[in-house]
Amino acid sequence: MRINRGIKDLAFAALTAAGAFSIVVFVVGIVAVLVGNSAEAIRTFGPGFIVSDVWDPAHQKFGAAASLYGSFITATLALLMAVPVSLGIAIFVTEIAPGFLRGPFGSAIELLAAIPSIIYGMWGLFTLAPIMSQIIEPALQQSIGSFPIVGALFSGATRGVDLFTASVILSIMITPFVASIARDAFLLTPPEVKESAYAVGATQWEVVRDVVVPYSKFGVFGGVVIALGRALGETMAVAFVLGNKHWITLSLFEAASTITVTLANEFNEADSDLYLSSLFFLALLLFAFSFLTLAAARLLISRSRQRRGEK
Amino acid sequence: MVGLRKRKVVNVAALTLSSLAALLGVFWLIFILADVLRHGVAAIHWDLFANDPAPAGITGGGLRNAFVGQLLITLAATVIGVPLGVLGGTFLAEYGRGTRFARAVSVLSDLMIGVPSIVIGAVVYAVLVKPLGHFSGWAGAVALAVIMIPVILRTTENMLALVPWTLREAAFALGAPYYRVIVQVVYRGAATGILTGILLSISRVAGETAPLLFTSFNNNFYSTDMSAPMASLTVSIFQYATGPYEDWHQQAWAASLIISLVILLITVVGRLYIKMRGQK
Amino acid sequence: MRIWKSFLIALAVLGAGACGRSSNNTLNGAGATFPFPLYGAWAHRYNAEKGIQLNYQSIGSGGGVKQITGGTVDFGASDDALPAAEIEAQGLLQWPQVIGGIVVVYNVSGVSGQLTLDGASACGIFLGEIKNFDDAAIRVLNPGLSLPSAPITVVHRSDGSGTTAVFTHYLADVCPRWQNQVGQGKAVNWPTGIGAKGNEGVMNYVRQQANSVGYVEFAYAKQNSASYANMRNRAGKVVSPSLESFSAAAAAGSYDPAAHFYTWITNTGGAQAWPITAATNILVRRDKLEASKRVVAFFDWAFTAEGDAQARELVYAPLPDSLKERVRAYWRQHGLQ
Repeated sequence: MRINRGIKDLAFAALTAAGAFSIVVFVVGIVAVLVGNSAEAIRTFGPGFIVSDVWDPAHQKFGAAASLYGSFITATLALLMAVPVSLGIAIFVTEIAPGFLRGPFGSAIELLAAIPSIIYGMWGLFTLAPIMSQIIEPALQQSIGSFPIVGALFSGATRGVDLFTASVILSIMITPFVASIARDAFLLTPPEVKESAYAVGATQWEVVRDVVVPYSKFGVFGGVVIALGRALGETMAVAFVLGNKHWITLSLFEAASTITVTLANEFNEADSDLYLSSLFFLALLLFAFSFLTLAAARLLISRSRQRRGEK
Repeated sequence: MVGLRKRKVVNVAALTLSSLAALLGVFWLIFILADVLRHGVAAIHWDLFANDPAPAGITGGGLRNAFVGQLLITLAATVIGVPLGVLGGTFLAEYGRGTRFARAVSVLSDLMIGVPSIVIGAVVYAVLVKPLGHFSGWAGAVALAVIMIPVILRTTENMLALVPWTLREAAFALGAPYYRVIVQVVYRGAATGILTGILLSISRVAGETAPLLFTSFNNNFYSTDMSAPMASLTVSIFQYATGPYEDWHQQAWAASLIISLVILLITVVGRLYIKMRGQK
Repeated sequence: MRIWKSFLIALAVLGAGACGRSSNNTLNGAGATFPFPLYGAWAHRYNAEKGIQLNYQSIGSGGGVKQITGGTVDFGASDDALPAAEIEAQGLLQWPQVIGGIVVVYNVSGVSGQLTLDGASACGIFLGEIKNFDDAAIRVLNPGLSLPSAPITVVHRSDGSGTTAVFTHYLADVCPRWQNQVGQGKAVNWPTGIGAKGNEGVMNYVRQQANSVGYVEFAYAKQNSASYANMRNRAGKVVSPSLESFSAAAAAGSYDPAAHFYTWITNTGGAQAWPITAATNILVRRDKLEASKRVVAFFDWAFTAEGDAQARELVYAPLPDSLKERVRAYWRQHGLQ
């Protein structure tokens, strides 16, 4: 009886351990499959793959630079647009909004994160792209397009199918992530510290700037890095509006490609082993980037929690 | 006191900007949802659910195959993903609690949650599609399950940790073995929490497109054969929205509306659950 | 536990679904987007008549070749015929199924009639050298038309595409600069414009983008009521895309079964020939005889009067009877029929 119970307990323990171990299998498996399948491209192109901007299936020459460039430009631009807005949202929800508005506002912003990326993509193509090409991009061109150096960023025909539109969509998608992490980080600020700042006559903004933000900067920065990872890994939302072009272009009004879009468009049709292997190499790079950025974000967030623990 | 006035002006300006940012966020939400609603409602028609796709360029087809395919793939992913995720989470919160292995798995799960879904699609292609020689609904389900598992695992871990330790001790005192304590006491105490985690993970994968492109592929016909290529709503939306036909665009909008409504509903229900628990 | 019970039920449902297998009733194919409207229409009719589902996914010719060599589908389709050596090396079989024509589509407001282009002007547009619709090179060919001074946005394919292979083969043929600067193939480095996936994607972008120009199979232009250009062919005649002009071009092909029907029918000499014409091909595996036989049964059905009628409706030219017989002999020779 007792032994039987022991066996059952052991069996259940083993079952749960197997469930936990599946994660290890997945991570190791993903790395192994990606490395194994990209072996041919790694052998053929070596580290030069990362810096070469040639993507020429006809001549079997592949390089990641153009896709990497597209990924980092769209992600960076999206962060530049999303972070200020997200911080504003977090400040509004934690400091400004009257109590009854905080919940609904927070939830509404978080719902933005629940909308599937394919919907963002479709909306981007049919609704946002025409607005960009007819109103926003011409306006940008006319205002700052004539400046000497910055102008080059906004040159060319305004088509709405370009790096800029893709970045705007990405920025909308990552806003809720940064905002909710920033909000959580802001809420960790001990009320006593804030109150003593108010007591010496600080304005609300000064409390935010001088107390809340410094206090939560690691957490907020962690959120920003997580959002960067998401922006790098997003596929469908940008696939509709990027225009699929393998090149490095200065103008934000030109078509481009990202790692994810290259994979989505070309994976099913890569008709040579080297081609497919190069795509796996791209996937490996993307995996490495997202894994590393996330690990960095975790470190930052846990450091911010530790800070709070010390006090 | 010029300094004070200036500080007040800065204060008002900064707070106004923050409020505007919040409004901008809500503006996007309303803009996107209203747009999907406007186009989607106009396009929803009984044929959409009753018919299979018509040949390209011919009006009157529907997406019955994609609705059924999406349901089957998501259901299969849930069936694969939930047991593994819940069991894994149980290990982290119970048997393995505090061990280095459990902490490592916890961290790895968090990192897994951030792996781009298209990478998982590519890996599943290499493991399940290429060697077996065909695209299949199962391959799609596995890809989605791999995305679900770390999410369920982490929420289960967190929810089990919320169950007070004294409850377990009370059950131990009655002479119950650990596995019965977990199944009958701990799971019961955390049931709504775990269910919420499962719901949220379903809502997360139900809108995924990228991992299905290389795994379940697509099928123009109605099929319940999970070992063959299978249509899904999301892949159909991608195909139809990037295609030239007006009828395709209409159907893509209608499908988008339905999938958005379902996912938002699941998300709202899930979040309300979490909130209610938090307030108790 | 209720949760576990519902899992068991879900499992049972899935099991039932998975048991509903019907692999003898389904065929999976993938590839060229060029004939997709037609293959979809054929499959629809075939299913109604024979109860067999032919699932054709238009992912591009490059994808068709990859998926059939990888063995993940029952047949592949490509407009860019594979050379005999490659067919042999990959253990494939290949035959032409139907003839289609590629047209230059455009979306410009303010053009008073139908554009006419020749090889040099098409080359200039897609090289990015002709930047405006009122460029002299276009005006010379269209003396009666009023052309707007609008900058051209080129829309090209981003995926591995047989349509691209045929189109660039034509451009390289008529325009030495194209051959030097860009070359030909399923995917080339386009000097200008934006990329779209499939004939569907190109047509979609051209519809959406003001002042755009792209190239698609004629059925896509027809189905979407898009404007398309007439072409001046090698004989110096201005021709329109039509069954007659496609058939006239197809007459020049060699279609040698020993070479697995590898041939080009672009820029042929016939007075009525449409210059950018191609036979689109089906690829099957030799080592999957059973599946390949069922694929052949479908495409043989498509060779009948009924299939031909559907093809004509979408302005694809059926193969001449003599060529159909040669294809059937090829099937028998390789044990597919």
